[in-house]
Amino acid sequence: MSDAVSKTGRWIDLANPTRFLSLAGGILPWLGGLTALVLAIGFWMSMNAPDDYQQGSTVKIMFIHVPFAWLSMMCYTIMSIAALGTLVWRHPLADVSAKAAAPIGAVFTALALITGSLWGKPMWGTWWVWDARLTSVFVLFLMYLGIIALTRAMDDPAKSAKATAILTLVGFINIPIIKFSVDWWNTLHQPASVLRMGGSTLDPSYLKPLLVMAIGFTLLFFTLHMMAMRNEIWRRRVTAMRRVAARSADRGTVS
Amino acid sequence: MGALFLRDVRLGLRAGGGALVGILFFLAVIAVVPFGVGPDLKLLSRIGAAMLWIGALLATLLGLDRLFQADRDDGSLDLLIMASDRHMLPLTILVKCLAHWTVSVLPLVIASPLLGLFMNMEPAAIGATALTLLVGTPAITLIGAVGAAVAVSLPRGGLLVSVIILPLTIPVLIFGVSASYGAVEDPAPFLAPFLILAAITLFFAVLGPIAAAAALKSSAD
Repeated sequence: MSDAVSKTGRWIDLANPTRFLSLAGGILPWLGGLTALVLAIGFWMSMNAPDDYQQGSTVKIMFIHVPFAWLSMMCYTIMSIAALGTLVWRHPLADVSAKAAAPIGAVFTALALITGSLWGKPMWGTWWVWDARLTSVFVLFLMYLGIIALTRAMDDPAKSAKATAILTLVGFINIPIIKFSVDWWNTLHQPASVLRMGGSTLDPSYLKPLLVMAIGFTLLFFTLHMMAMRNEIWRRRVTAMRRVAARSADRGTVS
Repeated sequence: MGALFLRDVRLGLRAGGGALVGILFFLAVIAVVPFGVGPDLKLLSRIGAAMLWIGALLATLLGLDRLFQADRDDGSLDLLIMASDRHMLPLTILVKCLAHWTVSVLPLVIASPLLGLFMNMEPAAIGATALTLLVGTPAITLIGAVGAAVAVSLPRGGLLVSVIILPLTIPVLIFGVSASYGAVEDPAPFLAPFLILAAITLFFAVLGPIAAAAALKSSAD
């Protein structure tokens, strides 16, 4: 019980942007360093992974493609949680988080699509097929762009926050569709092989670098997300200060 | 609720309602297709169902931004929101969606068999396409209500509504077209995608008005 109380206390602490800024300032260098370290290790491990007997060296695209795809979905999930935070708990940083996450998620989705298409050309013989997984990820990309367009369309952050949150929650339907598209429809994209019932079917020599890369990119996402949130808070402060300055300057000329 | 339905239908049918523009747009899209792909009748009959669906989808999206905008302009939207303690706001929105659908989308469905003849489709395919349009287009309107409600306070929300709604309507398009093809091509089933299409419509009949009501409430304060 006391643990829960202290936890909510910490969340409320974070609602104060100044505290968040000082926390982010403290964590960011460490998080950034850790990200670089894990990514370097992951990169070295994936370079030393053996070639596949069928796919040759192109199998190494997997080490970046799969983390990008995971992150594109995780980012949307985080945005949905932030949307809930905006609508239900009215946490003041929730809409900052959602707004900061959208462009990062869009970039990760685009990278997942691009690396997947680079991998598909030698393996499937085509850059693009309209199968269920590819199409649903493409739809996810379009939804990210729609959300970004909506957040940018209104100048008042308080108003756009709720509208964007509702749109994000409605669009969350797509995430389970992406996840299970390879099981529901018989598609060209292979079914899940890492996270599944009965253990992974991937050989440990591939699984280990893949997991390290996934952790590294997840850390990268959190670093970028925190930096983007900090920027967004600063940007709002600058806007507010400019308004105050403009008002006082106006008063100065009148009197 | 009945009065609201009648009011919206009357407003929509009047000259400024824009219901006619939707049909003209649908007609124009279908008429442009043979210029794009060439007047090959076999090819046209094969892609006909898909073209009718895409045309109907675009024509439906075209009128969606009017769903709440006109009411917001003359202030009646605020009255509807304020009355939400007597009538549930989602229910009001559902009625508004139904009225909008009756005025500006039902004519598209009725016109689709005629346009199917232009595309050299078989009678069975024409019937199936009209039936799937009848069942599937309410889902587009109901999803669109969310977008229209989210963008209602924007000065030029029209294009943005289409952009943010289009990704969500893709499942409707997929199952609508596959059901229309299932009616003519032998191995593909008709009933399964048709029932999924009906399920999507019913699902969004619940989710769409609730989400739109939340968006409208937040835009009002």
